Amino acid sequence: MKSKTAYLTPYFLWIALFVIAPMALILYQSFFSITGHFTFGNYEQYLSSGVYLKMTVNSIWYAFIITVLALLVSYPTAYLINHLKNKQLWLLLIILPTWINLLLKTYAFIGLFSQNGSINDFLRFVGLGSHQILFTDASFIFVATYIEIPFMILPIFNALDELNPSLVNASRDLGASAWQTFRRVIFPLTMPGVKAGVQAVFIPSLSLFMITRLIGGNRVITLGTAIEEHFLVTQNWGMGSTIGVILILAMFVVMFLTRDRKNKGGQIR
Amino acid sequence: MKRDHPIRWSNLYLLLVFIVLYLPIIYLIIYSFNAGDTMDRITGFSWRHYLTLFADTRMISIVLNTVIIAVLSALLATIIGTFGALGIDQLKKRSLQNGILSLNNVLMVSPDVIIGASFLIFFTFLGVKLGFGSVLLSHIAFSVPIVVLMVLPKIKDMSQTMIDAAYDLGATKWQTLTRVILPAITPGIFAGYFMAFTYSLDDFAVTFFVTGNGFSTLSVEIYSRARQGIDLEVNALSTLMFLVSLLLVGGYYLLNRYNEKKKIHRAKASQEVDDA
Amino acid sequence: MKKLTLIITAILIFCGVLFGINHELNAKTSADGQRVLNIYNWGDYIDPALIKKFEHQTGYHVVYETFDSNEAMLTKIKQGGTSYDLAVPSDYTVQRMRKAHLLVKLDKRRLPLLKNIDQRFMNLTFDPGNDYSVPYFWGTLGIVYNDQMVKASQVQHWSQLWNPQFKNQIMLTDSARDMLAIALIPLGYSVNTTNKTQLDQAAKRLDQLAPNTKAVVADEIKMYMEQDEAAVAVTYSGEAAEMMANNTHLHYVVPSEGSNMWFDNWVIPKTAKHRKAAYAFLNFMLEPKNAAQNAEYIGYSTPNKAAMKDLPASVRNDAQFYPSRETVTHLQVYKDLPLKTIGDYNDLFLEFKMFKK
Repeated sequence: MKSKTAYLTPYFLWIALFVIAPMALILYQSFFSITGHFTFGNYEQYLSSGVYLKMTVNSIWYAFIITVLALLVSYPTAYLINHLKNKQLWLLLIILPTWINLLLKTYAFIGLFSQNGSINDFLRFVGLGSHQILFTDASFIFVATYIEIPFMILPIFNALDELNPSLVNASRDLGASAWQTFRRVIFPLTMPGVKAGVQAVFIPSLSLFMITRLIGGNRVITLGTAIEEHFLVTQNWGMGSTIGVILILAMFVVMFLTRDRKNKGGQIR
Repeated sequence: MKRDHPIRWSNLYLLLVFIVLYLPIIYLIIYSFNAGDTMDRITGFSWRHYLTLFADTRMISIVLNTVIIAVLSALLATIIGTFGALGIDQLKKRSLQNGILSLNNVLMVSPDVIIGASFLIFFTFLGVKLGFGSVLLSHIAFSVPIVVLMVLPKIKDMSQTMIDAAYDLGATKWQTLTRVILPAITPGIFAGYFMAFTYSLDDFAVTFFVTGNGFSTLSVEIYSRARQGIDLEVNALSTLMFLVSLLLVGGYYLLNRYNEKKKIHRAKASQEVDDA
Repeated sequence: MKKLTLIITAILIFCGVLFGINHELNAKTSADGQRVLNIYNWGDYIDPALIKKFEHQTGYHVVYETFDSNEAMLTKIKQGGTSYDLAVPSDYTVQRMRKAHLLVKLDKRRLPLLKNIDQRFMNLTFDPGNDYSVPYFWGTLGIVYNDQMVKASQVQHWSQLWNPQFKNQIMLTDSARDMLAIALIPLGYSVNTTNKTQLDQAAKRLDQLAPNTKAVVADEIKMYMEQDEAAVAVTYSGEAAEMMANNTHLHYVVPSEGSNMWFDNWVIPKTAKHRKAAYAFLNFMLEPKNAAQNAEYIGYSTPNKAAMKDLPASVRNDAQFYPSRETVTHLQVYKDLPLKTIGDYNDLFLEFKMFKK
């Protein structure tokens, strides 16, 4: 028992210091008005004003689209990479682009998407004329998905990598088609990876900011943008914290929905 | 081979994914050689932004700081996170596991500004001197959850029989951990390390709040420069960093291949010894 | 396990090497450990050559840290934890910091060169008597237009922005007070109004601007305008100067009916530890030659009257950035408003951003 807890100490210390303590702080602050008085007003305002509710619905909707798209692109990518010869190398090459500063990459996207940008140049060249690409939902979703894809590919790749090839072979030998094998064997067995990916993408997508302004032109307002504003511009930490509390609650819901449903008896272990 | 056909289509798909992933980076690199000062049109070729960069010792020092923080915080976060994941797996109650996992994810969902502000309050409350130490601690803090998320599925996939076998063969706890469990989850650990590294390199908001006493990282510097318009010097820097990472990745790959060859060699050699 | 230990060792050695290099780099620049000056400024908001010159002249070592918004800087200074000897807040932030007792009262006897500052820019409402701040740069809020798409006569006044011909053509700056100001001014109200009815009226008017609004952005506005992404933008003179340097089709207008006038100022925070160095630096920056050099590097308008003669005539006589006395009398400076009102401004602006046409 003693040795078991010994190596857990840093982790629980981390939870206590950097999760529970800040969370308590946020909760505490969410009960203070901008003038520093104790109040439930922030929650009241959140629930009664259409602006915040609309923003919440927007955030969830966009995060959902981004997660689905990221999953649709990432699963085949991870699958194919897993079949390549030097798969670890290719995986590293997927992660590499994330090491370049996000703001810079966003600026590059602005350069590509703008009226006189490379994409419109190309469209004009092939005779399609120029289009407004920036500040549309499509460009915002594209860039957000772009950012999140590596975070989705990695866990899925790991799950696929772990997959025992003999199970796939067995399924094929038993006469299952490629699609059946995928649906009945491969996909269910890589579910933990998919779940990890969804958690790593959906949750942060709820609180995207910056690119909502740079690429979305502030036409897409997410909860993250609002928090950013309350903390940095209005200095209304109370309202910012209130939205923060709501985000944390949303996260608990997502965790609950993607939790491991299998009970212990059903597992091979 | 019957695999020939679908593979060709799939190669095309992969090629497309890679092109999109690298498109903005190529764009940045091209403009780093621009003779002009902006990223909207190319006026000619020039090394001038690279020369500015090499003369800028403040920038170089900031880059070194950034790399040190990223490498070190990722390492410590990986250690803490890996043991955390092992611990979570050992918890008997499923609901308790899910509860701890939810706590684990709080930092991933909280917007950076909130994390940064609350860490700042926390550090000043404790009287921690802001600077290298506080930045390192914060980066470890927000990287731990992703490590847990990467490692935990690996542990869950590991067959319990293997561990039981190790115990049955008389292995101690430590031996089981180092000889059986850790090797089995190494890919997850690596994935966690790389993700932690990525988070650290990318972070702006948290670092901004908890830094001080002249300590700065690349993201903070780049964001603060945005008011005046970002210099192409930063493009030059990103190009160099990109090339270095590419070299590192290539080097890592070659080293791996070399090791594997050696292993096969050794395996063969030992087999021959056994046969004799 | 062996592999893991090996990698951990490699990482630690790598860190050690980087530490060493970094130490060497910093050692070269900070030979004298004691005599330092900590400056907290906007990113790239000073000519680095001047810092070198100051270090060379005085032997102080300058530690330069950067921030990207007034509020973020305020939070850091308020929380303490790190001490800055000089910081550069904008007007209303000076007032807020002063009220919060975060600033050191300036000893004017130690600032003989303060006389170089134009009297028009001294003794303003945010800091009566300049007890706490020294003006660094100033500017206005105005309209930038692209002459390929818009005629000058179409954008001389704020109210013209509402013209339906600009459908989806205008870029706004992501700042609640500035954007409400452009709705308040044509209505004849003060940009510092705390009257809720006036504010609601202005917000309603601002909502009507939504069809014309292409995007609400921040610093990137420069990049967009340089790339001809939009025909018209509402932004600050400093940003405008940068855009115009890179795109000759852009022009800047300060509407004659009035606008906001802003100031960035040097202040000494209460937590400063090297006040002597701070005064030395302030005097150094007030020297006409240095102020002119800095103004040329940054491209913003300098409040240093003595420095004007060192600026090229084309800059000095540019009415876009050094507007006539007549125009200046119509400009209003922001005051720090009660927290409640700031909250109102931001809520109304947030509603505007969510307002779908």
